[in-house]
Amino acid sequence: MFDKEKIDQISKSKKDWEEKTLDKVLSRFPERQEEFKTGSGEKVERLYTPEDIKDLDYMEDLGFPGEYPYTRGYQPTMHRGRLWTMRMYAGFATAAESNQRYKYLVENGSTGLSVAFDLPTQIGYDSDHPLSEGEVGKVGVAIDSLKDMEILFDGIPLDKVSTSMTINAPASALLAMYIAVAEKQGVSADKLRGTIQNDILKEYVARGTYIFPTEESMRLITDIFAYCSENVPKWNTISISGYHIREAGSTAAQEVGFTLADGIAYVEAAIKAGLDVDSFAPRLSFFFNAHNDLFEEVSKFRAARRLWAKIMKERFGAKNPKSMMLKFHTQTGGSTLTAQQPDNNVVRVAIQALSAVLGGTQSLHTNSRDEALALPTEDSVTIALRTQQILANESGVTNTVDPLAGSYYVEAKTKEIEDEAMKYIDKIDELGGAPKAIDRGYIQQEITDAAYDYLKAVESNEVVVVGMNKYKSDKEPKQELLKVDPEVGEMQKERLIKLKSERDNEAVKEKLEALRKACEGDDNVMPFIVEAVKEYATLGEVCGVMRDVFGEYEQNVML
Amino acid sequence: MSKTIRVLVAKPGLDGHDRGAKMIARSLRDAGMEVIYTGLRQSPEQIVAAAIQEDVDVIGMSILSGAHNHLFPKVINLLKEQNAEDILVIGGGVIPEEDIPKLKEMGVKAIFTPGTQTKDTVEFIKNNVKK
Amino acid sequence: MELINKMLEGDKRSCAKLISIIENDEKGGEKIVKEIYPMTGNAHVIGITGPPGGGKSTLTDKLIKHLRKKDKKIGVIAVDPTSPFSGGAILGDRIRMNDHALDPDVFIRSMGTRGYLGGLSKQTRNAVKVLDAYGCDYIFIETVGVGQSEVDIVKAADTVVMVMVPGLGDDIQSIKAGIMEIGDIFAVNKSDLMGSQRTATEIKMMLDLSENLDRRPPVVMVTANRNENIDKLVEEIDAHIAYMEETGNLEKRRRSNFEDELLNLVEIEIKKLIKEKTEADGGIKTYAHQLLSRDIDPYTIRDEILEKINLK
Repeated sequence: MFDKEKIDQISKSKKDWEEKTLDKVLSRFPERQEEFKTGSGEKVERLYTPEDIKDLDYMEDLGFPGEYPYTRGYQPTMHRGRLWTMRMYAGFATAAESNQRYKYLVENGSTGLSVAFDLPTQIGYDSDHPLSEGEVGKVGVAIDSLKDMEILFDGIPLDKVSTSMTINAPASALLAMYIAVAEKQGVSADKLRGTIQNDILKEYVARGTYIFPTEESMRLITDIFAYCSENVPKWNTISISGYHIREAGSTAAQEVGFTLADGIAYVEAAIKAGLDVDSFAPRLSFFFNAHNDLFEEVSKFRAARRLWAKIMKERFGAKNPKSMMLKFHTQTGGSTLTAQQPDNNVVRVAIQALSAVLGGTQSLHTNSRDEALALPTEDSVTIALRTQQILANESGVTNTVDPLAGSYYVEAKTKEIEDEAMKYIDKIDELGGAPKAIDRGYIQQEITDAAYDYLKAVESNEVVVVGMNKYKSDKEPKQELLKVDPEVGEMQKERLIKLKSERDNEAVKEKLEALRKACEGDDNVMPFIVEAVKEYATLGEVCGVMRDVFGEYEQNVML
Repeated sequence: MSKTIRVLVAKPGLDGHDRGAKMIARSLRDAGMEVIYTGLRQSPEQIVAAAIQEDVDVIGMSILSGAHNHLFPKVINLLKEQNAEDILVIGGGVIPEEDIPKLKEMGVKAIFTPGTQTKDTVEFIKNNVKK
Repeated sequence: MELINKMLEGDKRSCAKLISIIENDEKGGEKIVKEIYPMTGNAHVIGITGPPGGGKSTLTDKLIKHLRKKDKKIGVIAVDPTSPFSGGAILGDRIRMNDHALDPDVFIRSMGTRGYLGGLSKQTRNAVKVLDAYGCDYIFIETVGVGQSEVDIVKAADTVVMVMVPGLGDDIQSIKAGIMEIGDIFAVNKSDLMGSQRTATEIKMMLDLSENLDRRPPVVMVTANRNENIDKLVEEIDAHIAYMEETGNLEKRRRSNFEDELLNLVEIEIKKLIKEKTEADGGIKTYAHQLLSRDIDPYTIRDEILEKINLK
């Protein structure tokens, strides 16, 4: 961006400045620390100048928003045109209670739903399974069958809202139920908008709600890609997630590297299954974390956008620009919240949300202050949502597109994260791609190592966490916490008994048998799952058939 | 006789968030203990069976899903049934303050909530394991 | 001893406690071994070894599953490395096998090497004796699987299964000939991966080069995580046992292993004795000093030491 002469001049002047101005000050007032580091532990220089981005080519590396390589945004007007979707992840206890919370959120200006399922649902067990004991309705809503799903979306017009569902291993079954509920509301599948997370690879390394082995899981995912591109064209078929990788302890660069490596694996699997890259790639979406280091995070989002565009264009030969655009949802960093002085978390969330907005997010969930203690109360959720609204309406940061572009620091950092992420992708390619790298434990090991480094840094007070290892206070305020009714499990069990006595059990058996055949063969399983759930086959029954045929994944733990 | 402290680190229930469990496993190893890690989705029965075969001094369980009021007591009761209540049971995770007294009363010796220094956990184990 | 009686009645907790005593307390351990020794010798001991990342634990898990169908009682000793810095260890092999935790006829125990080299822990052999007396039909020893000097397993097992896996680089070539020779059976795991046939071929080529083999080890392709071909591996294990028994090689191997064990035990005591008897003079260190200053030669010192412990 600068001619060589100019750079040389700046470089020389910087040396002069260091000798004449800086050294004098440093000798009298040394800096607070010998070295300054980002939240991910990367070194930060004292000062960034054009010299640090001397190789940056504006047109090639940044360009214009809505144009390749999309560094400045996937769309030309960004938040001037449309604000991000304020999407609050919620769900607990029974479908009826969660339905109430969704209606509350929509009334208060939330523009998209985000469904949290309980762990049995996420792992494909019904509420009456022995391992479900104690877990029903705890971290999200319990869904055993289409009956629960009907209640969950009661009175919510599915052609008007976009719904994100955090569901992975049994994503096909939950999507099938969503399609079935919509049909009952008179909404056809081609009008449905939303996202299923459907990202199994990060479950293997970071989140833990896997069911089936890698190969079979990849098949289910590509079956969904194929089914949706024909039947549910506005649906985002996957949300390739760095969020949980970061929560598990990765650095910012690892978050980008490992997530895009997972993305590459999905694209490769779909191409191998015979799909044209431009038929499904526009429906791929991403999900990132936002931690506290504002500039590092903004740089991370920009780097991810640029790198994905290059990968899609150069590696996969995508022709449709939409295939190259990285669109992403952001959630603020749950692991950065402290149980101590929880009100401080409101401030953390605000900074993190700011980084997501400055980084050009398409949708955002802000965590609630009490989430290190329990599921959030309605009051806490409201503050979190208001935080987004203040950013959108009062801060002014939405008035122009990609406002931090051109900052010497942010551009240098963007490049640094991109390069670092690319190194991880190269390494993973060398190991044979993400699934194999996971099988070897490479990605798990890298994340665990980074997490342990961070832990040591916090415990040695090298990294300050306000309220936790510095500025501690003896008086912890009494918190009102959300309590999930422990009877939820029993209620769900009773509902299951009732369901099984009322439905057409012969039809269920027949549909499950058809599903089994499809699983054993090569047919797309989606239509069979849709048929089965319509007859009120339970989630556990549908997943049980698949467990039978596919077997179960065995985790490769790296400690 | 110099005895190496043996600890079973377990993730009971369906919760897949194992960062905390892994971090504590590493920290205990670095403090000179032998750590048996059982992986995810362990039933209380499996945890107790493993603890007995491994003859551990401590069972440390991490739960972030809110199922602690159900799972901790189950482990404690199984230990009692099998005459193994001398094994020290400790827990960690997202556990509300108000649940802690009840859990302690049932026999969980300590609960380490988010933000606990790992050295405090190490100290606690060293001071409370029967020599 | 109360614990031994209860162990013999099938009590797992007592069995576990006995192994702990053996691991932690030398004298106590000796007493136990003395008492249970007449009751040992009935189990077939199978070593599971091979490079890291080969899926040894998953394979062991599947072997257990298989043998349980035949109603065999199974013991497992899984060894993981102890950190030389902290003395601690993470013992993670159990993750793969914990489905068997509730089976009354499966006993799984993890052990740290505690400074012992060679792929086993110092007390592995004695822990095996406990499981033998406990009534296990098969006892698996899963070695550490780091490094390439894991030859000790052959001194502790009747059958050694070497687990290999394709695509770990130039493994076969880099594995020293001596290591290859300890395998009685080769299992190429993850045989669904590309390159598994090549790995098998490479193993067979290596075996062609080994001349003094009593019995050419079979090479079995398995995919442990999919439970594929495990039956074949079990067949080969049983065939090896039968062969060893028929040819008298089992006795021969066990005898030679006992020679090694005995020498080992005596060696340990002699070292202790030396330490004890030379302590007054400042210990072995003083002798080393004398060697350093060339005051005296090593053989003269040796004789001096042997005299001190009344061996000369």
